[in-house]
Amino acid sequence: MDLLTKFIDTYPVFLKGMLLTFEITIVSIFIAIFIGLFFAFLKISNIKILEWIADLYIFLVRGTPLVVQIFIFYFGLTAFNISDFLAVVLGLAFHNGAYIAEIFRGAIQSIDHGQMEAGRSLGMTMGLTMRRIILPQASRRALPPLGNQFIIALKDSSLASFIGMYELFNVATTHGSLKYDYMSYLLIVAVYYLVLVLFFSIIVRIIEKKMSSSD
Amino acid sequence: MSKDIMINVEKLNKSFGDLHVLRDIDMTVNQSEVVCLIGASGSGKSTLLRCINFLELKDSGLVMIGGEKIEKETHDLNEVRARVGMVFQHFNLFPHKTVLQNVMEAPIYVKKYPKEEAKMEARALLKKVGLLDKENVYPSKLSGGQKQRVAIARALAMKPEIMLFDEPTSALDPELVGEVLATMKELAEEGMTMVVVTHEMGFAREVADWAVYMHEGRIVEVGHPEQLFSNPKEARTKNFLDSVL
Repeated sequence: MDLLTKFIDTYPVFLKGMLLTFEITIVSIFIAIFIGLFFAFLKISNIKILEWIADLYIFLVRGTPLVVQIFIFYFGLTAFNISDFLAVVLGLAFHNGAYIAEIFRGAIQSIDHGQMEAGRSLGMTMGLTMRRIILPQASRRALPPLGNQFIIALKDSSLASFIGMYELFNVATTHGSLKYDYMSYLLIVAVYYLVLVLFFSIIVRIIEKKMSSSD
Repeated sequence: MSKDIMINVEKLNKSFGDLHVLRDIDMTVNQSEVVCLIGASGSGKSTLLRCINFLELKDSGLVMIGGEKIEKETHDLNEVRARVGMVFQHFNLFPHKTVLQNVMEAPIYVKKYPKEEAKMEARALLKKVGLLDKENVYPSKLSGGQKQRVAIARALAMKPEIMLFDEPTSALDPELVGEVLATMKELAEEGMTMVVVTHEMGFAREVADWAVYMHEGRIVEVGHPEQLFSNPKEARTKNFLDSVL
């Protein structure tokens, strides 16, 4: 049985797994963006205690393996009747939030200080200037590294298999062990991941192009 | 018609850490007057402008705008800033907005003008600075002189009582300086109260009612531009003028 027939025979299961991988990634990144934005604001708040809180969060995330974080969220949250899906999603969101916070912080601080001054000189409040002037420019700058983080999150979602989520990687290893043929199914799953990554890359590039209309 | 006092600064002091940038500044600007501030970099002239529209807060002293004593405890400084327009050396246009959107932004979001009305007024201002044909262009496509004229229109859109210019032509190529100065001169002729930090002696001579020389955070000499530039009373003023002219 060659690789192509294996691929065709298993595609309904793999597509299901891909859908779950897709869902885990999208939902966790969506939450992570808000977490990231929140901690980015803490970091630029110029209030020591808030900066320390953000630093501690980033230290915890960067200092421990993702798989440990996912397990802690899984065992910690499922005790409160939270679904496996949500536990994994929150674990990934907690993890990616730290990296996204740094991406946002860097992007916001890269915007020329004159932009804030110009806004303020027109009578705009700091919040309004942040919302109308700084953030739109910063998010444009954040987009390429954000897209990158998105792809990392997509691949990291494979760790959800360790807590029994039937996503792409789990589908592959399950088939591999059932048929005593790991190699074929690992190659097949690699193709699925490549397609997903390609899809995300194209979306990010389209958004980037749309947003750069003013250059 | 008696002229109202638009800006009154008394015993203004400002430090950044150990650096005492403004020392006991006294200055009064009447309505429709144009004042030029000159001085070496670090003399405090930009900081003085920034204290007048509260981008920097004074350490001590008094700042009055339109006869009203402004304190951060009693006033909404955002509202005060809206009454005092500011034009920056590096324009600081909003790069993600078109020329028209740059001018409309604050009237819509600060003054809550209806969009159509803000647009009409913005277009009138762009016409005034000669850039109506660029209304849908992004700032990156403009020359420095055009950018600065848009910045002037943007500040005027808030209908300020006072306009402050912080070295408005210093970042421009020499051939673009004239168009910006012409716009400013027009504004002065319409009776706008203006404080201009500039090294354009020609402009100061022609347009300014009086000029101020600052050195190390103090006002050293005040006088009619012609007299101040040609026949300074203070040795320090003379030294400065000799070095820049």
